[in-house]
Amino acid sequence: MDYSQFLAMKQEIGLLVVFLLVFLYDTFMPRRSQGGLSVFTIILFAVFTVWGFMPCMGSCADSAFAGMYVTSPVMMAIKGILNVGVLIVLIQANKWANSEIQIMRRGEFYELLLVTLFGMYLMISARHFLLFVIGLEAASLPLAAMVAFDKNHYESHEAAVKYILTAVFSSAIFMMGLSFVYGLTGSLYFSTIASVVALEETSAMLIVALAFVVAGVGFKLSLVPFHLWTADVYQGAPTSVTSYLSVISKGAAAFAFLVILTQVFGAVYSDIWEWMLYALVILTITVGNLFALRQTNMKRFLAFSSISQAGYIMLGVVACNAMGMASLMYYILVYVFSNLAAFGVIQAIENKTGKVGMADYNGLHKTNPWLSFTMMLAMFSLAGIPPFAGFFSKFFIFTGAIAQGSIAIYVLVLIALINTIVSLFYYLLVVKAMYINPEQPVVGAFRSACSERIGMWICVAGIIGLGIVSCFYDHLLELSGTFGLF
Amino acid sequence: MFSNVLIYFVVIPLIMLLGLALSRNMKQIRTVAVVGSSALIALSVWLLVDYLQLRAAGETAEMLYVGSWAWFKPLNINLAVGVDGISIAMLLLSSIIVFAGSFASWKIEPLPRQFFLWLILLSVGVFGFFISIDLFTMFMFYEVALIPMYLLIGVWGSGNKEYSAMKLTLMLMGGSAFLMLGIIGIYYHSAPEGGQLTMNLLEISRNASIDKGWQYFLFPMTFVGFGVLGAMFPFHTWSPDGHASAPTAVSMLHAGVLMKLGGYGCFRVAIYLMPEAANDLAWIFLILTGISVVYGAFSACVQTDLKYINAYSSVSHCGLVLFAILMLNTTAMTGAIMQMLSHGLMTALFFALIGMIYGRTHTRDIRQMGGLMKIMPFLAVCYVIAGMASLGLPGLSGFVAEMTIFVGSFQHTDMFHRVFTIVACCSIVITAVYILRVVGKLLFGPVQDEHHRTLTDATWWERLSTITLIICVAAIGCFPNFFSDLIKFTFNTSFAQLLGMN
Repeated sequence: MDYSQFLAMKQEIGLLVVFLLVFLYDTFMPRRSQGGLSVFTIILFAVFTVWGFMPCMGSCADSAFAGMYVTSPVMMAIKGILNVGVLIVLIQANKWANSEIQIMRRGEFYELLLVTLFGMYLMISARHFLLFVIGLEAASLPLAAMVAFDKNHYESHEAAVKYILTAVFSSAIFMMGLSFVYGLTGSLYFSTIASVVALEETSAMLIVALAFVVAGVGFKLSLVPFHLWTADVYQGAPTSVTSYLSVISKGAAAFAFLVILTQVFGAVYSDIWEWMLYALVILTITVGNLFALRQTNMKRFLAFSSISQAGYIMLGVVACNAMGMASLMYYILVYVFSNLAAFGVIQAIENKTGKVGMADYNGLHKTNPWLSFTMMLAMFSLAGIPPFAGFFSKFFIFTGAIAQGSIAIYVLVLIALINTIVSLFYYLLVVKAMYINPEQPVVGAFRSACSERIGMWICVAGIIGLGIVSCFYDHLLELSGTFGLF
Repeated sequence: MFSNVLIYFVVIPLIMLLGLALSRNMKQIRTVAVVGSSALIALSVWLLVDYLQLRAAGETAEMLYVGSWAWFKPLNINLAVGVDGISIAMLLLSSIIVFAGSFASWKIEPLPRQFFLWLILLSVGVFGFFISIDLFTMFMFYEVALIPMYLLIGVWGSGNKEYSAMKLTLMLMGGSAFLMLGIIGIYYHSAPEGGQLTMNLLEISRNASIDKGWQYFLFPMTFVGFGVLGAMFPFHTWSPDGHASAPTAVSMLHAGVLMKLGGYGCFRVAIYLMPEAANDLAWIFLILTGISVVYGAFSACVQTDLKYINAYSSVSHCGLVLFAILMLNTTAMTGAIMQMLSHGLMTALFFALIGMIYGRTHTRDIRQMGGLMKIMPFLAVCYVIAGMASLGLPGLSGFVAEMTIFVGSFQHTDMFHRVFTIVACCSIVITAVYILRVVGKLLFGPVQDEHHRTLTDATWWERLSTITLIICVAAIGCFPNFFSDLIKFTFNTSFAQLLGMN
């Protein structure tokens, strides 16, 4: 066996090393020096993140295991984006993980989180459906345990049950689709399937298979109509897990979705899945927005907002070109920072007071000006208001989609744009609660923990800097132009 | 980058933002606001003089002081700046109103620092918009100017402020949604097949590669997008509520400058880039803006709240700006630009005075006030001057602007244009009705409330604010040639050819 092919899996192996070190530290370090576990994990992961961005030494292989696994600078970049997000999640979760209830179990939290990240890596890099399914399962199942992490909360358990049932069900549907695909083409390699699909007539079987595959991944992305689990799970899960679910898990799934649709079913783009996606995008954005309008719990609110954001991300898939791919990655990057900023504030307030209602944010700017400022930036960025990064990501994802040029895509983008106004309304509701509502502040003045502040500062820097500094987008565009799939 | 003078229109407000963030007390805040806005006025006056000298020396380029710095290179998005006479007039107007607005909010409460921060952020957007010639940066600055309104009205406003702030923000952002689609569409048709796509206004216009079918689609998108901010019927409903609830300085800036963004954008983007569609589709929008002109004036007649009266009067006057632009000939368009200047200054003056009166009487209902001429003669006289400017008294700005517009409009010989011009002319009469009604009720007549007798006249900062504006209003009225010379270059050269105008 040629062991040099493992060099291609640089990031996976690095992540595995991080996981093992955390595991060993957690298991074998004596109890009294356990206090360092969180800091150890964060520093280790930070080093790993930086290392992941470094270019490969010498000539690295770009595929392994007979082409089941491939890597390219684009994939390195999306993995790097996920790493940055996970790093922020880890920093923000520090306070919660070291709280009295969780401190005995925080080791498991870190380990489960790293395992799911490993699964997402495989989803991104897989070029064979077997490996992809392994990745999908590794990314879904441990998450159920993480959702149930708040042992003393009934909602947490309920959320976990809902999550695991839908996860398993959607996996089943996905694999049903795969079996159809296998029956049609006789292979599970992406490239082989693609060449067979390109040659043959479009059959009803293929349409059904594709619908099943889309439904399976659509669950991970919580696209409407596969979104029903989202709100309850987001609300019930511990906030650290919710932020992980809404950002990292969604980002990885979106990229994997793009890869599957373009690499495997690229030939039947205009025949089948273009229209399927149009419908999904419109439904997802609209339904997500309409439900978000009336939420009073911040976590539920962000759940529906993240559903509609997933719809915008899908526009990058609809585009089906290099710019769409770059915009999708950039959107995920910006979304990581904006959404985590919002979750950072929610978490800080929840850790201190246990309050997560939108009404609890009334008059927040009087007692906690910096928290409300961060929240406002996050809301503006999510709503796509310049000069914050969200504006640029929305603009580019629309521009990428419109490169298609048909009138239909203009109509689709127009619907998406009108929806941004609806979303602006509910994002402004949060700003209104914090700055305008005349009620007396519910949450008293407090100083958030050091880790929470670091997390929020990173997010604020990202929200302000990622758009105005153009090199991030330029770099992604260059990468997906050179090494992309198109 | 910093050798280009135009960039300082954005840099100075940014420095002001920094200064405000570091300010500790009211005195420092005022110092920053006054020094900064004076610097902006000085800069725009210098720019005006320098521009005229360059033109006198025979400079024939379409835009002067052009600079372009790569931003998103692969997409050819640049930070491109450049001005012609029209943009300079707008810059001058904006800096004067920012200056007057700072004085009008001398004693703003609560949170003065945050108030000025948002106000200056708004002006960053306004100045950035007027200097940009790249669609992307233009659009970005446009939105930067819109969002501070939400907090400015929501936090410092009065009356039904939460509703008004939300309505205003959502409607204007709704307009910009159409605008964004229009801009992306223009971008993809900005160059002939295989050419380098661009967002630069001048290059797009030079390429002239948007074919007619696409123009029919993109022209309404951009025109409606900007038209919402220009208070075009039926998208004007944000304006009365928004203006009525906003604090004084914000009403001034919003009616005085922000609504001009709409007119300027319609002219610079929609008509300039898509002249063929403009020619063919102008009649649809002429009907809509014609309705704005008359409907706004009639609505103003029945209102009793001073701010509502002025807000509806703004709808009518800004409608006239769009109406004149759509006439697509040199005279009417010159009139439109004059009307933008005139209306900007005049409305700012109105709102400043209303804010000052309201600050004393604590009511804006004209039924509860009367005889203010005896109590506060300075403010009352200023109010009369503003009113006269509004109803078009010769010697003040309103007359020259409206006269030019109607002369230009009447050059069209067909029935449709004639009828609409006559209808729009009627608005002058209606304007006189509501202005004289307010002046008679509010300033003359018996004193309605005995408590009002104890009120004082204007303070020095209020006098400074109003006198600045009155001087400008009178300057346009007395020297209209100066301003029409300033802007005629644009119409005489490229623009005229583009539209096949006389």
